[in-house]
Amino acid sequence: MKKQASHWARRALFLLPLLVAFLLLAAAGKARAALDEATLQGLGAADFGERIAAIEAVGATGGERARAIIAALEAGELGTAGGRVVIVRDGRVVDAASGEALELVADAVDSLRVNNRVRRALAVANAALDLESGERARRLAAAQTLRDNASEVVLPVLERALESEEDDAIREVVLLAAARVNLNADDPAKRLKAVTALGQSSDAGVKTLLEPFLDPASEPDAGVREAAAASIAAIERRVSIARNIGTVFSGLSLGSILLLAALGLAITYGVMGIINMAHGELLMIGAYAAFLVQGLFRAHLPEYVDWYVLAAIPAGFFAAAAVGVVMERTVLRFLYGRPLESLLATWGISLVLIQAARVLFGPQNVELANPSWMSGGMELAAGVVLPWNRIVILGFAVFVLLLVWLMMNRTRLGMFVRAVTQNRAMAGCVGVPTARVDTLAFAIGAGIAGLGGVALSQIANVGPAMGQGYIVDSFMVVVLGGVGQLAGAVWAAMGLGIVSKFLEGWAGAVIAKILVLVFIIAFIQKRPQGIFALKGRFADN
Amino acid sequence: MRTPFTVRLFNSMPRAGWAALALFALFAWVWVPLAHLALPADHALHLSSYWVSLLGKILCYMVVAVAMDLIWGYAGILSLGHGLFFALGGYAFGMYLMRQIGRDGSYGAELPDFMVFLDWKELPWYWWGTDSFLWALLLVVAVPGLLAWVFGYFAFRSRIKGVYFAIITQALTYAAMLLFFRNETGFGGNNGFTDFKRILGHGITTPEMRVVLFALSAALLAGVLLLGRYLVTSRFGRVLAAIRDAESRVMFIGYNPLHYKLFVWTLSAVLCGLAGALYVPQVGIINPSEMSPANSIEIAVWVAVGGRGTLVGAVLGAGIVNLAKSWFTVSFPEYWPFFLGFLFIAVTLFLPNGVIGLWSTLRARLGARRPAPAAAEPPVQGAAAEPPAAESSRGAVA
Repeated sequence: MKKQASHWARRALFLLPLLVAFLLLAAAGKARAALDEATLQGLGAADFGERIAAIEAVGATGGERARAIIAALEAGELGTAGGRVVIVRDGRVVDAASGEALELVADAVDSLRVNNRVRRALAVANAALDLESGERARRLAAAQTLRDNASEVVLPVLERALESEEDDAIREVVLLAAARVNLNADDPAKRLKAVTALGQSSDAGVKTLLEPFLDPASEPDAGVREAAAASIAAIERRVSIARNIGTVFSGLSLGSILLLAALGLAITYGVMGIINMAHGELLMIGAYAAFLVQGLFRAHLPEYVDWYVLAAIPAGFFAAAAVGVVMERTVLRFLYGRPLESLLATWGISLVLIQAARVLFGPQNVELANPSWMSGGMELAAGVVLPWNRIVILGFAVFVLLLVWLMMNRTRLGMFVRAVTQNRAMAGCVGVPTARVDTLAFAIGAGIAGLGGVALSQIANVGPAMGQGYIVDSFMVVVLGGVGQLAGAVWAAMGLGIVSKFLEGWAGAVIAKILVLVFIIAFIQKRPQGIFALKGRFADN
Repeated sequence: MRTPFTVRLFNSMPRAGWAALALFALFAWVWVPLAHLALPADHALHLSSYWVSLLGKILCYMVVAVAMDLIWGYAGILSLGHGLFFALGGYAFGMYLMRQIGRDGSYGAELPDFMVFLDWKELPWYWWGTDSFLWALLLVVAVPGLLAWVFGYFAFRSRIKGVYFAIITQALTYAAMLLFFRNETGFGGNNGFTDFKRILGHGITTPEMRVVLFALSAALLAGVLLLGRYLVTSRFGRVLAAIRDAESRVMFIGYNPLHYKLFVWTLSAVLCGLAGALYVPQVGIINPSEMSPANSIEIAVWVAVGGRGTLVGAVLGAGIVNLAKSWFTVSFPEYWPFFLGFLFIAVTLFLPNGVIGLWSTLRARLGARRPAPAAAEPPVQGAAAEPPAAESSRGAVA
């Protein structure tokens, strides 16, 4: 620490004249003078530490000459000859400071070696130069480079940028960069300012930077120590908020998938009391439908391939619904009132469907591309990114939920479905065509599973056995939410999603899954009818 | 005065049943050892080690099927998690087998290979005593039994049944599978236990050991059949059937179904554990995939194929499905799932009482003098509760 400090002090001394010169120049806003001779000599110094300080100082001076020198050094064209720093280009030797041609042979020049440390210094120098350039993107990138690598040498550049910069985002980064440099200042007041300024960061890396300032052995000033503690607390709070938002989001995203998988199940189980173990395979069918639509688009409409997902939505719905109708007509309607047998028969159907997919499409996962408008993500804070495809799926789940709600509550079919769910015999007596309602409800339930499959195809692997992983989970949602209850399904899906994600962060994915299953098992013991129970007066239910 | 136990046991089965049991005993304890050990390998009647292992494995499955039938066929509780109890029994005995490897593992260490691989220095606490055969046997019975008792107590106390019960048992075995897949759980993770060397100091791959294990499995099956037969014909069995058919009514009469269900449920789990313990040395491996929900559902299908509510049916079903499986997976592996799937569908649609039911229907159709003994079994829930509409529609499909 001590050694480092003295090193910094040496650099600071070295720079003092430059700094004064620059502040003047910046204020005047005129063309810049030739580079300071001492700085230039530093470029050729034997000690790499000095050389690096010189490189950064050149970057900090700014202007055309500085840019030329840095570029020459990067290209390996900078060298020393007879005690001066020169640029060798096309066999001609030019004085680095003034740009005047010299009467020297190129062979007489010792070129300057570039190693990793020098490269880093070059990056800093370039960033310092770019910070004063015109383009916003370049300024931002430069500010970010300086934030992570700045040294005291470039401090004047940062201070100039703070005065002139108009973009708030860049200013913020520059402020952090400056604060980071000032952390090493000898003046406690400067350090205090820097430590306080760093408290605005939401980067966990800054926290580690501040930690030495808590220790009285390395930080003599009590005020700075207090400020550092406060700043660390602020950063921690911000990081944990960002992380929690990220976790809640991934929980909602998981919940939206569970919801898509479970909505159809909630309807079919509610209406028919039939456990459809092939529900996961209906998801699989929706996903394969999306795969086929993607193939069609690639073959016939390559220019619209980004929008194949939209066409896949109806395709997935109708493919799964058609399979659902066939299932209902040929098998399930003979099993009403025998739920346990229907469970076995639908398991058999699922085996057949999985194997059929394996024969038709091969046992490997098929490849589905994310459309460009669904890739990438929204960066919330350092390290917390919300991917677009998950956001889109969350929105899609809400949309499907809305449709289902409208269907159930605003249409005649929905009314019939609810009537049959509540009391099949009574509904039949008052003229509800229960057999047709069953078929339609099953088709719609299967179709919704198909929609879920289309959504899943954008974030998960699509393969013959993909549905198996969701069947237990979606049952858990239905059971937890209460049979035939849309609201219950929503609460259960989102709750399960968020709880699982938080547990995952705390205990790892597998343990989280086990804990959730154990929780549900325990919950059903307590409330066998789920969160939202249909009210009824059955002794046997 | 109560009839003595032996007499009741004897009366619990018709004469034909005793004769079949005797035949079975002759087959398993005399013919198989002779055909495998005494006959030379090129003799036409020689039983190869493949067949002894396969039949021994199927005998274990049959025990599981009977255990499943006891709860599903007689108490109306469908468990989709019975593979868990089977696997737990297997793991408990597998721990003993792993300890018997001693220093013959590939690392030559005192600890099982997978622990050396994980850089563990000592056995976890739950491996305590597993080097003792008797302790391992105790674990085989106690672990599945205890888990089933605790789980069943809470489930039956809250009167969870039917589909809900089936689903949470499935969740239970799924959770257990995930747990056992982890390396840190201390049961070999993905690979489970394998490379067994010996039992009680005798080599596990010798023909003699194979025959002994086969004979033990046969003995277990015979014992389980006798016990099951005795139970279902006793007063206890009648109460169980009553619970299956109308639980509320049984409660209103004054019985507490909890104890009846809990007993038969725990017994069923223990039987599965025993079957698993015999299965592992014969197959030579146990891993978490035994706990996958698919395996447990398959158990239910064995019972459904054979005929629920008849113990013989469960045995037949397990035999038929598993023989078909080993034939299919060798000859046409890609069609096995189709076959199994259609079997699930066809059995539930057309054979609600399984092969046994088909047999008795056929006998009745052919104008047999009296209903066959199998038809005198208590009627199966599905058949009894089946609405006439479904009956006619099934006819239409057929």
